Amino acid sequence: MKALTLYDITKSFETAEGRVEVLNAVSLGLEAGQSLALTGESGSGKSTLLHIAAGLEQPDAGRIFVGPEDLTAMGDAGRARLRRGQVGLIFQQFNLIPSLSVAANLGFQARLAGKADDGFVTDLAQRLGLGGLMQRYPEQLSGGQQQRVAIGRCLAARPALVLADEPTGNLDEATGDQVLDLMLQLTAEAGAALLLVTHSPRLAARCDARAHLRAGQLAEAP
Amino acid sequence: MTRAALLALISHWWRNPLQLVMLLVGLALATALWSGVQALNAEARAAYSTAEGLLSDGGTARLEHASGQMDQAEFARLRRAGWHVSPVIEGRAALGTGRVTVLGIDPLSTEAGMGAALAASDLEGFFNGLGYAHPQTLAEIGPTDQPLRATQAVPVGTVLFDIATAQTLLGADGWITRLSLAASQPDGLQPLETLAPGLRLIAPDDGAELAGLTDSFHLNLTAFGLLAFAVGLFIVHSAVGLAFEQRRAMFRTLRALGLPLRHLTACLAGEMVLFALVAGAAGLAMGYLLAAALLPDVALTLRGLYGAPVPGRLQFDPLWALAGLGMTLAGTALAGAQALWRLWHMPVLAPAQPRAWAHASARMMRLQGAAALALAGLAGVLALTGSGLVAGFSLLAATLLAAALAVPLVLSALLAVAERMARGPVAQWFWADSRQNLPRLSLALMALMLALSANIGVGTMVASFRATFIDWLDLRLVAEVNVLPRSPSEAEALHAFLTPRADAILPMQRIDATLGGQPAQVYAMKDHATFRDNWPLIAPVANVWDRLAAGDGVLVNEQLYRRAGLRPGTSTLDLPGIGPLPVLGAYPDYGNPLAQAVLSQERFIAAYPDTPIRQFALRTSDAPALIAALQDDFGLPATQITDQAQAKALSLSIFERTFLITRALNVLTLSVAALALFAALVTLSGMRLAQLAPLWALGLTPRHLAALELARALVLGLLTMVFALPVGVLLAQVLLSVINVQAFGWRLPMQVFPADWARLGLWASVAVLAAAAVPALRLWRKGAAQLLRVFAYER
Repeated sequence: MKALTLYDITKSFETAEGRVEVLNAVSLGLEAGQSLALTGESGSGKSTLLHIAAGLEQPDAGRIFVGPEDLTAMGDAGRARLRRGQVGLIFQQFNLIPSLSVAANLGFQARLAGKADDGFVTDLAQRLGLGGLMQRYPEQLSGGQQQRVAIGRCLAARPALVLADEPTGNLDEATGDQVLDLMLQLTAEAGAALLLVTHSPRLAARCDARAHLRAGQLAEAP
Repeated sequence: MTRAALLALISHWWRNPLQLVMLLVGLALATALWSGVQALNAEARAAYSTAEGLLSDGGTARLEHASGQMDQAEFARLRRAGWHVSPVIEGRAALGTGRVTVLGIDPLSTEAGMGAALAASDLEGFFNGLGYAHPQTLAEIGPTDQPLRATQAVPVGTVLFDIATAQTLLGADGWITRLSLAASQPDGLQPLETLAPGLRLIAPDDGAELAGLTDSFHLNLTAFGLLAFAVGLFIVHSAVGLAFEQRRAMFRTLRALGLPLRHLTACLAGEMVLFALVAGAAGLAMGYLLAAALLPDVALTLRGLYGAPVPGRLQFDPLWALAGLGMTLAGTALAGAQALWRLWHMPVLAPAQPRAWAHASARMMRLQGAAALALAGLAGVLALTGSGLVAGFSLLAATLLAAALAVPLVLSALLAVAERMARGPVAQWFWADSRQNLPRLSLALMALMLALSANIGVGTMVASFRATFIDWLDLRLVAEVNVLPRSPSEAEALHAFLTPRADAILPMQRIDATLGGQPAQVYAMKDHATFRDNWPLIAPVANVWDRLAAGDGVLVNEQLYRRAGLRPGTSTLDLPGIGPLPVLGAYPDYGNPLAQAVLSQERFIAAYPDTPIRQFALRTSDAPALIAALQDDFGLPATQITDQAQAKALSLSIFERTFLITRALNVLTLSVAALALFAALVTLSGMRLAQLAPLWALGLTPRHLAALELARALVLGLLTMVFALPVGVLLAQVLLSVINVQAFGWRLPMQVFPADWARLGLWASVAVLAAAAVPALRLWRKGAAQLLRVFAYER
């Protein structure tokens, strides 16, 4: 079963220099439990595609399905509901909620989606190595620890689709590898599909499939 | 190098025009409110100076009779004895469509200062009945039978005439009010004590009371101006602090590129001076307009409350403008000092990420708490040991500052409790996030708390005063009709005319005196049920009215009772020509700046014979018929008759005018505070995007987030209002029991008006919602696009 399907996604932006086409009829699909690495140069449209897949941004043309649900037919509230319940987002800058403790951050999206399971969150925290850090605040954590909290927050809500945008971009190589290992392992266990946006061919090689964006179109990886 | 650095620094403002507008508006408003109040004060003080120059006989000594009038023959007698004296007559008369003070002088014998209003060429006209008056007086009274000429040298409400013309207008031919004594006198003159034993020599200083009497009023205005200025500076501090944080990376880059720290600091200081000058000039213009708009009410207040003649039109004074700009520069320096200090101590390799609002740290909170405690302690010491108006205002300032500093701590504690009690994830985030953002809003919330508590305090004081004053008016103004005779002969004729027509005739006689070292008046009181049944008394002795009627003592007004520390039953009061008399009780006398004592009519007449009757209070069951008889049968002009309803309406209108300026400044201060909150919320909204974007990504809609932002502002505003309530009540208590007693000499019972507070709460909520609406609306309408940028900028 497809966890994510993108059909002919086209997106352009108005800039001072005129209209710039970022995505040109991009189509791709992601099966449940599959991981797909999306690579490409800076400005190739990777993040835009990920934002469109999450319903954060609207395409100019094309259709998006998360599972069986047509994201393009939904309004703002519908897309928000889908994100809460079906989609997990992981960012390069972690984007934790600074005013909440690690414990509250971990359970936040799950509670938002009405899927709170304290036992699952505690277990997840242990597996992520966050057991002793639950009462700390994000500012008191290292970059690697913060990203583990972000992964935990995403997976605690048991999403069908995980969208990760350069999740190890702010981490050193060793920590990045650890974080990616955890992410791949946990998403696989949860049966979630993972779309990983990355610059790194080394990290991309660890996913089940790879796609390369060049000038807004899917192309052969270099 | 300087140009490049300045261009780089100023480029920040081009990219953040709203922030620049807030900074300039904050400075301009602060300057406007402060300089507006100063313009009012300066105008009033200049008017007192003019009035004292003329009305106190050019600052010379004078001779008066206890009765307030003397035969003109005294003048001739003293002149023949070689004394350089000049006759003056002063009284109230109807002229045109109004009543004015008619001042009559003899220009040939008067000192130069006294006749300053007259040029030599005008003398002939002056002798032929030409009068001089302030242009405003001329406008107020309209056309008159008497020829009048405009001059700025005569105070508002007074018309200067030759003595003969004035005597005719006042119906007092052959009578004068006083003799003014030239500063230099020939040697070897017979002493005045033997030559004129019935006359009292009044030293020049005794006449210069106006400025002293009105000091408290001006101190009140200044305190309000300062409060508004401080609230305005909150905006400036907030804008300067934010600009500093946002330009941290730029400062680091400029320094890394070789701009010396000294140079950078000078550039920033220069930038602030430039802003201060631009905003200060705008603020001065606004302040001038504000003062011009408020001056007519202030003038009426001062005339009503103190009899101080202040014109209702404002003159421009360059010194005032310079002082206003100086204040703006000083205020800007104060508001920007912290930013400059931080720049000076910032290492060149300091991390560039904005550590906005450093005082958010727990250490800063602790320091703030300690300062609040210290100020509260100071307020306590002042409340227990302080005396005088300055101590009273210091108590107010310490209380307000302590409360303002405590605002973030109290709100933080309340939000922490709410966070612990929250159940849902959004509610939990809402409270935690509100607490985290509190330091960024704390300056604005402190400003709001100051404005709200000042509003509650002053509002409670005014409403308490109003309620008490209306009750008091009902008790004091019981006589149905009041009649003002224009001369002693008319008073006699009136008494005869009224005896068969009125139920009771209560004549009012008084002399000016000095009681307990204060300028005062002694009144005669006829023993009558009007007083026995209606006059409220403070701490009266037993059988007070019987003892007063028997001449066994005096009643004193509350001002004298408090200022001289008199205790009915044990204290005595030394009266001129009588000696010490027991104090029998005190009576409230709101609005009167002078000390006052009341004697029985018999005792008064025995001590001060020949004192003219200034007014008759008449009791009658048919006031309209009596008024008609006075006008038609006796021929008394309507301007000499006041009925009870008129007197009450007049007193109430004076009262309302008195607090109009206070109310206006109150509203303006609240508006400035709302603007401070708006500035803080708008600038914060830019910084909030990074905090809100993850929530949006996790599934909250921009509409939901915007509603939460509005709710947050409302909750913080309402919590601030709740905190401001006890502070405002405390403020009202200080105003009523300390400031009013020091400033005016009377104490009022505090009454609470919860409906007024609810109304203020509603207005505050509207102000807070209005301030929060723009950023919330922006988030609502452009939310997704803005929030997306947070993620787009990650690379």
